Formats: sequence, structure tokens, C-alpha cells
Amino acid sequence: MTSLLKHAAAIAALSVLLSACGKSRQATGDDSAAPGAAPAGAEQVVNVFNWSDYIDPEVIKDFEQATGIKVRYDVFDSNEVLETKLLTGNSGYDIVVPSAYFLQRQVQAGVFAPLDKAKLPGLANLDPDLVARAARHDPGNEHSVVYMWGTTGIGYDRAKVKAIMPDAPVDSWQLIFNPAVLAKFKDCGVSMLDDPTDMVGTALLFLGKDPNSESEADLKAAEDALMKIRPYLRTIHSSQYIDQLANGELCIVVGYSGDVLQARDRAEEAGKPLDIGYSIPQQGALMWFDTLAIPADAAHKDAAHKFIEYLLQPEVAAKNSDFVNFANANKAATPLVNADLRNDTNIYPTPEVAARLQPSLAKSAEFTRALNRSWTRFVTGR
Amino acid sequence: MKPLLKRLGLQGRTAVTAVPYLWLLLFFLIPFVIVLKISFSTSQIAMPPYEPLLQWTGDKVMQIKLNLGNFAFLVEDDLYWKAYLNSIWVASVSTFFCLLLGYPIAYAIARSNPSARNILMLLIVLPFWTSFLLRVYAWIGILKNNGLLNNFLLWIGAIEQPIQMLQTDFAVYVGIVYSYLPFMILPLYANLVKMDLTLLEAAADLGCKPWQGFLKVTLPLSLPGIRAGCLLVFIPAVGEFVIPSLLGDPGMLMIGKVLWTEFFNNRDWPVASAVAIVLLLFLVVPMMYFQRAQDAEAGGVHR
Repeated sequence: MTSLLKHAAAIAALSVLLSACGKSRQATGDDSAAPGAAPAGAEQVVNVFNWSDYIDPEVIKDFEQATGIKVRYDVFDSNEVLETKLLTGNSGYDIVVPSAYFLQRQVQAGVFAPLDKAKLPGLANLDPDLVARAARHDPGNEHSVVYMWGTTGIGYDRAKVKAIMPDAPVDSWQLIFNPAVLAKFKDCGVSMLDDPTDMVGTALLFLGKDPNSESEADLKAAEDALMKIRPYLRTIHSSQYIDQLANGELCIVVGYSGDVLQARDRAEEAGKPLDIGYSIPQQGALMWFDTLAIPADAAHKDAAHKFIEYLLQPEVAAKNSDFVNFANANKAATPLVNADLRNDTNIYPTPEVAARLQPSLAKSAEFTRALNRSWTRFVTGR
Repeated sequence: MKPLLKRLGLQGRTAVTAVPYLWLLLFFLIPFVIVLKISFSTSQIAMPPYEPLLQWTGDKVMQIKLNLGNFAFLVEDDLYWKAYLNSIWVASVSTFFCLLLGYPIAYAIARSNPSARNILMLLIVLPFWTSFLLRVYAWIGILKNNGLLNNFLLWIGAIEQPIQMLQTDFAVYVGIVYSYLPFMILPLYANLVKMDLTLLEAAADLGCKPWQGFLKVTLPLSLPGIRAGCLLVFIPAVGEFVIPSLLGDPGMLMIGKVLWTEFFNNRDWPVASAVAIVLLLFLVVPMMYFQRAQDAEAGGVHR
């Protein structure tokens, strides 16, 4: 029995590994090389630190061919990991891709070099509305360029939700924050992000308040709203829900737009296509940006600017969006993006929906502590 | 090599013992002092995100600024001691079950045919050839609602609905006991295999039944092995972060998670360091007890 179990476990482990890798992690560049060790004759290399699976590998090859600059490409999978490397200094990277919420604090800490906008004529391709929104994180967009963006909304298994509640309010936060509604889905599996800023902000949106409020009373109100639905949540995690939604363990998640689409793709790849929907609720949703920025101590700033300028080219931006299934901020690229993606209003929202989106701004250190303390009370249910 | 050692005033024996001391200095003491230093600092928005402890204020004056508030903070909020207590509870329960499972296994291997022992020990160590993380992921595959265990139970008709096992405390205990069991078995085996079996024969000759022989001879003699195994399981289990976050209920309060929140979410490195220092103290105390017990034993043998 034990050997049988071990065998089974090995197979399970292997399948988990395979599914976790998704569409094969294309090795891009020389991962093993120490990013700090630039050869003499600098400027001929650029060290990029990006999210895993977050660029079309062809783009890197094309850039190397077009400019003769070698790209050393490393990946991370959490803002926290990136932030720790940046705050201790000498990261050795020339380009990093933090989310705007983290970038905001990092700019205050003096992590980034100001961009030389004369070297970035491609900035004119960007959507002015999105640029203005990103400026709330990085005043004047002095240090960063928006790479991709998305929203924090509701992902759901259409068939299962319909079977339990035919008139489920899937386009409203009522689905999550009305305890009477959510209770029906308890056994079906509900999950929420382990992200205090986003989830408290979302609860405030449901309550009709400013999601970036730092008032104690608002935080208390959000905590009360969250506490009421705590018994019906199976997991509170920021990445596991992708696989769990894909293999039918969950039927409702509060998650990031791109992750929910990834869950749909994984279910398809596994040969068990599920009808997974995503919605930006009518009360509005939080939006996030992933931004390109150059650390102040980067050794190859000129090459870094060239790389950013290359990514700003409409055809390149479209190629990357097609690969990663996220919207880019490049207005000139939109017509070039794959029609399926471009016409999906959950990824490229209509102007009316976009008007309901709100940023998730960095908070003061005192409020952050109160927020995380409140979140721990909620997560542990006491 | 020799002249160099001589020049440094090191004799052969000192040189050999210097190596582990150097290792401890480099990889334990220095990092510990750095963490201790940060724990007395104050967080700020900068690189690095805490204020320096020492400052030259010109005029050959060096200022030292110690902030004891981080430790006081750990006492003020009940979150921290509750998390410490819960982590110690989880580690204790896991250690108990490791012992309960590990002792019979180690005993059976130690008493088996000498030629079979090596193969059996190899089987105990074999899982280490696979990454720890992968083995924890494998438990997700086993415990989830449409996983191996639930499907098996459904198939034999023991249950009609899948049981929610993943994201429960049960899954965390399974994960910890499974992952740390070899650390219990190895020292127990090393102890039991050395035991002089003629002692049991003597006990039998004097009228002991086998179970009495076990309780009065084998068990007391194996106490050092039990102690070593329990500490090897207990110490890493207290600070465990990966297993609860992958298999556990999110509501399970563990100090590892609290440390994570302080460091990454609050970005308060000083408080995070204070949490780590206190955790270390919790771990060092049982280790010192262990050391003292061993010294006492060694002393007994010499006499």
C-alpha cells in the first residue's frame, strides 16, 4: 500500500508540477548568469527582472537582434520578493516590473532613477487616461512606464453558480458581500485574495465608500463587512485559486482579471473546459498597473531606456498582450491586439466601465499596520 | 599549509576545531547580530527601510540609538503571544505523532535482519531525493476534494460526499508529520540499533515479560534518541511557514505567517526582526536543555 501510495503521490506531484508550469516556461536568456556581473564594454547588456511568463520570448530575441544588446532575463513571482531585493540595494537589475501600489512606496524610498523621457519617444503611444491614473502612484510619471494593467473582480464557474442560484448577482459585489447570497456557495468553494489593501478597498467599494480611505471608521466598517462572510470562505490565498478554479475545486473567487483567464485556459488545456466567467461589478473595482522602472543604481541605464522604448512600439506591445492575455496601456497597439482579447470587455473595458475603476494607492505606515492587523483578525476569524 | 598554521599560532587540534567555530561565526552569529541590530532600529521609508543604529555626528561623536519599542510592541498586542503559543502547540502535537509513528518504525528496523536494515533505512531517506516543496504539493493532490484519497473513499463506498480535508488543521498535521518523520526515525534508529540485546535476555531471565522488558530496559535506554528526535522535529515545526500556507486553513495563526506579514506587508523590518529574535529564544532554550542533558549523560559514562 505504501509503495502504491508513493507511486500515486509521485504522479500527483508530477501532474501538479506540469500544470503549475502551464504553457511551458520558455527559457529566455541566460538565467544562471549573475545579473550584476557586467562585462567590460558595458551598455551592451541589459538585466531585466520581470514576472514569470510575462513577456513574449520572441520579443527578447527580436530586441537582441535589432540592437545588439544582450538581455539577461530573470523572473520573480511576487512583489514582496522584488521589493526586498530593491530595498537592500545593488539588485544588479537595470529594469524591474513592480506593481504600481508597491512602486509608489519604492519611489518614496528613492529606489528608482528618473526616466530620461527624451530617450522614450514611444511614450506618446500610451493611453493618456491610463497615464494620468498611473501618475497617482508616481507623480508626473517621472520614474515608471505602465506595462500591463488589469482589475480585481469576480471569477466564477458559470454552470455551477447557475445551478445553485439561477439569478445570482454575478455582476455585483452583492454576490460576495451579501452573507445570505454567499452562504449558498459555501460548499461549492469560495476564495478571496490574501491582499489586505485590495480586499478592504473592495469591501469599501461595496459599501459605497472611498476605497483608499484611511479613516479608522471606514476600516472598521470594511472589517465588519468582511467578517460577516468569513464563515463562507474556503481559502484566502493570492495564487492557489488559479488551479483550484481550473480543476473545479472552487466556484467563486475574488481574483485578478488575468489570473481568472489563466484558470480558464488551464481547464481547457487539461481537457476539461469549464465556462469560467469574469466580471467587473457595477459598484466598481480596483485596478492595478505593472510598471517598468529603472533602479537608481542600475549599471546600464542607456540600454534600459532602449529596452523600454522597444516595448513601447505598438506591434511589440500587442505581441506581448497576445502572449500574456493582459491589456497593455498602449493606445496605438490596441487595434493590433488579437481580436478575442481586444473585444473582451473584461480586459479592455468600455469607457463606462473604466470610469468605475479606482486605483489602489499606497497608504501611510500607520494605516498599513492598522490595515494588516485588521486583516489578520479577519483571516483568523477572531 | 603547516607553516601558515604555525604562524597563526594554531596547533593541529585547534585548527580542526576552528573550522566549525568559523562556520558558526559566519553563518549563525554574524547574521544573528545583524537581525538583532535591526530589531533595535526604527522603520522608515528609505533604502534600507530602517534607521541606522550608529551615527557619526561629526566632532568625533558616535551616537547609538536603541529602540526597545519593537519588543514592547510584541507584548502589547495579543496577536504575537497567541501566535507563538499556537505554533508551539502545533509543533508539540506534530512531534507527538511523529514519535508515535516513528518509534515502532525505528524499533522494527533496528531489530530486523542486519542485511535488510540498510535497505529499510534507504527507504526512509529516499523521499529526501525529491524536493520538499514538491512532496507538500503531492499532498494537495492526495487530500483535495477530487484528489486520490477522496476518490478512493468514494470508490469503496465509505463516503458519499467528498470530505473537505485540504485547508484544514488535519492537513497541516499530516504535512508536518510526513515531512519530519525521518528526522524522528533516524536518531531513534541510531540509538536502538546500538542497544545491547543481552540486557533484554538478562531481564527475561530475571522474570520480565517482553513488554516489561521493553518498558524497563529498552525505553529508558532509548531516551537520548527520543529527545534528539523530538527536538529535530519540534524546532523546525515551530517556525514552519510553507506547510500551513499550502495545506492549512487560512485562519490557522502561526508565528511564521505573522513574521511574513510584518516583513512584507507592514514592511516593518525592525518589528519583524524582533519577532524572529523572540522566536529564536523559544528555540534556543530547549536546545540548551538538550545540550545540558547530553553533557550530563556523557559525564555519567566517564565515571
